[in-house]
Amino acid sequence: MNRILFSIVRKEFTHIFRDIQSLYLVLGMPLLMLFLYGYAITLDMRQIDTAVIDESHTPESRELISHLSSTDFFRITARDVPLSDIGDLFKERAARCVLIIPPSFARDLAATGDAQVSLIVDASDPNAANFIRNYVGQVVANENQALNPERSALFTVSPRIFYNPDMRSANFFVPGLIALILILITSLLTSIAIVREKETGTMEQILVSPIRPAQIIVGKVLPYTLIGFIDGVMILVVGSLWFKVPIAGSLALALGMMLVYVITGISLGILISTIAKTQAVAMLVAVTLTVLPSTTMSGFIFPISSMPVFLRWISDIIPATYFLEIIRGIVLKGNTLADLYRQALILLGMDILLIAVSVRAFRVRLG
Amino acid sequence: MSDHLTKGGRVRAAGAGQGPDRAASNGHAVEVRDLTRAFGSFVAVDHVSFSVPKGEIFGFLGANGAGKTTTIRMLCGLLLPTSGTGSVGGYDIVRDSERIKMSIGYMSQRFSLYEDLTVRENLQFFGGIYGLARRAIAARTGELLASVGLAETADKLVGSLPVGFKQRTALSAALLHDPEIVFLDEPTSGVDPVARRSFWLLIYELADRGKTVFVTTHYMDESEYCSRVAIMRLGRIAELENPHRLKERYHASTMQEVFMRVESENGQ
Repeated sequence: MNRILFSIVRKEFTHIFRDIQSLYLVLGMPLLMLFLYGYAITLDMRQIDTAVIDESHTPESRELISHLSSTDFFRITARDVPLSDIGDLFKERAARCVLIIPPSFARDLAATGDAQVSLIVDASDPNAANFIRNYVGQVVANENQALNPERSALFTVSPRIFYNPDMRSANFFVPGLIALILILITSLLTSIAIVREKETGTMEQILVSPIRPAQIIVGKVLPYTLIGFIDGVMILVVGSLWFKVPIAGSLALALGMMLVYVITGISLGILISTIAKTQAVAMLVAVTLTVLPSTTMSGFIFPISSMPVFLRWISDIIPATYFLEIIRGIVLKGNTLADLYRQALILLGMDILLIAVSVRAFRVRLG
Repeated sequence: MSDHLTKGGRVRAAGAGQGPDRAASNGHAVEVRDLTRAFGSFVAVDHVSFSVPKGEIFGFLGANGAGKTTTIRMLCGLLLPTSGTGSVGGYDIVRDSERIKMSIGYMSQRFSLYEDLTVRENLQFFGGIYGLARRAIAARTGELLASVGLAETADKLVGSLPVGFKQRTALSAALLHDPEIVFLDEPTSGVDPVARRSFWLLIYELADRGKTVFVTTHYMDESEYCSRVAIMRLGRIAELENPHRLKERYHASTMQEVFMRVESENGQ
């Protein structure tokens, strides 16, 4: 038994290290994805192009404008353009919002302590429009507070932000990426490794030997488990050293859960290999079954709670949904196993189910 | 080509003088009765019956699609028969297919080797999945590669070798665990005549050591070296006989002629 397993494991490693394509898949792609997601995909907004129309021309209005432009969020790109040009500004993408301070601003402020400014927002990207509204609201609220501390409000909300106090996207995305990358890499590598043997005919040669299906499967699972695990560690290390994502919880727990999740991906890959007849099909199925649902329906970017009911059902059966909760819980919140046992048990259950199904579906005969 | 082979008395196994002692006393290596395999409505193998005595070189002839590979795959436990029975090495091909596997060697049509591994690594792997110990594999590898003339190419990648070398590597892989019965599915297809001749010398050596060799081919000249040949046509066995007697019966000088007559007679 050990000899047979060892033979398969050693052969798989030889394949991986000799094939530049699989080396890229194992080492290059996860890093590439990490840097792409770490840098390009961010929900933070900075340097929003802003036009300001100051019709008041008073020290008060100038102070408001300088507060706005002193934050990192806004960049004043146009000043005192005619109102009729606003549409063009938006169309030419010269500005995404316009702040209009009316002529009566300083007067009203002095007379009644109550003045209006207006904000026109390009909401073709509704998410961004929301951010802009909130940011401007914050600036104005601060301004109110400074001008008129005793009058400002009957009560105020003073938020304290936990777990990611700077609200950095990287802290949210890097742990999430582990969920995405691990399931993709492991299911892809495993299914291709098995289907390739069917395509080249070597599987036929293996099947005439007395080897049992479980031995073939375990022999394939072991090397790819190690590789998936190394990928996970790599992302965690680069995430924490390069993207400065702090790891709040137990590293050992994170690694242990990664192992459970890697096995989910690998058993999914084996299941795919029992259906797919060519490597191209295996690749297509693996990508469709992992990347697509894991990016859109697992809570990786979009919150599950705001999805329609039937999509939430799908997200309930996606392994990434549970691993995301686990890994974000450990990395960001310092969750312990006691907080995460439900998700951990579901993943473990998925592992057992997938392995059982794939061992049964793995046929020792050709036809 | 057969002239070269007759030199050195190797024709013993091929001619009428096939050792009856070996065959009779030990029973049959392969026995098949009404073996049938259908793929949907297409019947690839249609009620085929034959038996192969131990130590025989049994040739399986026929055009492409005649049912040779399907028959071999059923005997090796790679395919289940639709109906009929069969035994290999005394084990039932349906119930005991796992026990058959230790006593057979199989070389598939496509030289199923890993092109990105060296000859030695391929043999190490295939020896390993038969549960052989590392030392035993190393010793056996040296022995086999020397006997097939590959000792110097042991550490070359299989992908870089010419077809004739790949074919001999595949044969070595099939023989690592020293099986009693060897199934060779078109082992010489796509190989030049010189390589084909030397491959048949290897087959004779196997038979000399008492192995049963079950070989399919569509080269009619090769069938002359078999103890007996079965000519398959459209899933059925059209002829099953010693090649010399077949030639006599059809008044033909070569097996090629015999084959053409069988094809045309059965075609009517």
